[in-house]
Amino acid sequence: MSDKSHDPNQMTGAAMIVRALIDHGVTDIFGYPGGAVLPIYDEIFQQSQVQHILVRHEQGAGHAAEGYARSTGKPGVALVTSGPGATNMVTPLTDALMDSIPLVCISGQVPTHLIGNDAFQECDTVGITRPCTKHNWLVRDVNDLAKVLHEAFYVATSGRPGPVLVDVPKDVQFATGTYHPPRKSDVHRSYAPRVKGDATQIRKAVALLANAKRPVIYSGGGVINSGPEATRLLRELVEVTGFPITSTLMGLGAYPASGKNWLGMLGMHGTYEANMTMHDCDVMLCVGARFDDRITGRVDAFSPGSKKIHIDIDPSSINKNIRVDVPIIGDCGNILGDILQVFKAEAKKPDIKSWWQQIAQWRARNSLYYKKSNDVILPQHAIQSLFEATRGKDTYITTEVGQHQMWAAQFYGFEEPHRWMTSGGLGTMGYGLPAAVGVQVAHPDSLVIDIAGDASVQMTMQEMSTAVQYELPIKIFILNNQYMGMVRQWQQLLHGNRLSHSYSEALPDFVKLAEAYGAVGLQVHKPADLEGAIKEMIAVKRPVLFDCRVAALENCFPMIPSGKAHNEMLLPEQANDEATAKAFAGGKALV
Amino acid sequence: MNQPASAYFIEDRHDPNETHTLAVLVQNEPGVLARVIGLFSGRGYNIESLTVSETEAQKHLSRITIVTTGTPMVIEQIKHQLDRMIPVYRVVDMTLTKRSIERELAMVKVRGQGEHRVEALRLADAFRARVIDATTESFVFEITGNTDKINQFIDLMRPLGLVEVSRTGVAAIGRGPEGM
Repeated sequence: MSDKSHDPNQMTGAAMIVRALIDHGVTDIFGYPGGAVLPIYDEIFQQSQVQHILVRHEQGAGHAAEGYARSTGKPGVALVTSGPGATNMVTPLTDALMDSIPLVCISGQVPTHLIGNDAFQECDTVGITRPCTKHNWLVRDVNDLAKVLHEAFYVATSGRPGPVLVDVPKDVQFATGTYHPPRKSDVHRSYAPRVKGDATQIRKAVALLANAKRPVIYSGGGVINSGPEATRLLRELVEVTGFPITSTLMGLGAYPASGKNWLGMLGMHGTYEANMTMHDCDVMLCVGARFDDRITGRVDAFSPGSKKIHIDIDPSSINKNIRVDVPIIGDCGNILGDILQVFKAEAKKPDIKSWWQQIAQWRARNSLYYKKSNDVILPQHAIQSLFEATRGKDTYITTEVGQHQMWAAQFYGFEEPHRWMTSGGLGTMGYGLPAAVGVQVAHPDSLVIDIAGDASVQMTMQEMSTAVQYELPIKIFILNNQYMGMVRQWQQLLHGNRLSHSYSEALPDFVKLAEAYGAVGLQVHKPADLEGAIKEMIAVKRPVLFDCRVAALENCFPMIPSGKAHNEMLLPEQANDEATAKAFAGGKALV
Repeated sequence: MNQPASAYFIEDRHDPNETHTLAVLVQNEPGVLARVIGLFSGRGYNIESLTVSETEAQKHLSRITIVTTGTPMVIEQIKHQLDRMIPVYRVVDMTLTKRSIERELAMVKVRGQGEHRVEALRLADAFRARVIDATTESFVFEITGNTDKINQFIDLMRPLGLVEVSRTGVAAIGRGPEGM
């Protein structure tokens, strides 16, 4: 006993948790205390290596950790109590699972002898979070805790990244056991994600690419998750092949928006040229994307004439929605490197001049056209102004979910990866504000802007209080049209313009609200005042709520109507009532 | 072509369904079966039969045998989705190997007298079912075989006074000297 008391690896479970965080290089965590995590909070109090950010709601902790992770490439960490603390984490965990974000959540649990007794603040946390994590653990013995924590970090960050949860009963936090630093044997032997791509498949892919007449590269969030090398290689591949490139919502920034081969985003609200290129191509190289239903449109009419190469680290992404010809399983950075090597050695740049001419014609349709006004601010114009005002600055953008999110994706040009944080797969309204908190914690001196909608932002508004407490100068740029704009857009298009509950009758005064939180409130109505107001927002070194009053009834185009293919897009100049009705033929009567 | 008004692309899929037997080798740890079952219910896959038991106690390995139905694309998805779970070592599609043996055990209770009783006993003998419990008015038969054989036996017992059935579900193993 006396020997053990001098062993530095003998410690309580609570101490092990803090120690493991330090051993994994964690410097910031987001959390909210409660009965079942008090021993951990006591340990946090007595050290200074890990900074804890106190949020106002556990969902905020999760999204902040996501923003932190997406903007740094490191895992985000959240700490919550049992019961409601854990259930409030379900949304961010699901969000992180859908978007492949490495997240480690540590939750407190009632003491082991009370599990199953309906104890105060008890819930079946591992049961509830099983389908919304990559993996989760309930630790019943303090001597398993170190191993589980190390494995948790490994699982979250390796292979296809994702959220994990470690549920730690309070008695395990109090109990003393043996800690060990991370080691290889901490991980399940059954878990070994494949990194290197199959050489035969890579050769097949290069042969297709080298002989392509109408190629396209379609990249996704996997390139960004893979790290800076993958981004560099993707750019090099575009350079070496001269191919056009488009990207999913999650993949924006991997290839610069100012790059000459850039087609813009694809999919439901993607550009005409991106979708037409996808539809008419003869060879498609999909890198780290998953043929999501917002991307493909009608699957049986998706790019009907092309050979498809699909690079993905997750075998279950292959042939899930779209049958591909050359699947390559592994890390996309690794595989892009191999493809480049073989391509450079054995192939030369294909002549695709006529393909580029065709693309130029599609581009000339100017599918992102909108009509500016001198009287009212158009939301597209607001985002363009924001982009111009922040160009060249060290800027990170987060968004909520809805029309403003699509406009941000269309009109804000991203030059680098990790600069764009948005809820893609789950589509979580309320993501952007807490995500901005997390980004600002990771990048204290950068400009962090949440492009928000008036409805979404109210879902997690309370995190303004967090921003004020930690002096995080986040800018919440609200495109305020007083509607749940995307809901209204669908009601207009598909439900006979019956605007059922998509109008916010009673919005708060966002300027006063900002002031109530101790932040800065700005409001702008006139296009002429927009530029100056944005400058003022950027100059303020405090959190800002920016109430940008925009045209209330503007809708988001271009758009692939439901049940239609990429070449059946609805363009903005066609989006009058009659054409819209025709495009949605079969839908309910349109106004 | 007529679509209901929806934010999703709704389409009919016409690929025919296939039945596959999957053998899944997993780490025997708390919650592992819940993970597998949750995957099936969460993603809308079918379970026709599921059996699970620890098969290598020292290595803490369990073997789960699942009989499922779906289109070829769905079956492929199921295998990949299972395989990417952290505690799953291997997934083998026994149906694709075409060299697997499948067996199921059933206990069948039949109640009756006179001719019915004699007939039940005679059929049991033909099916190589064993009597494992008997009273003057009932039998419990134990029968082993593939699913079709057991279904057939149960169908025959129905008019003879079938009371209840308890089945283990399908266990499967490959032919030849190699393990999975």
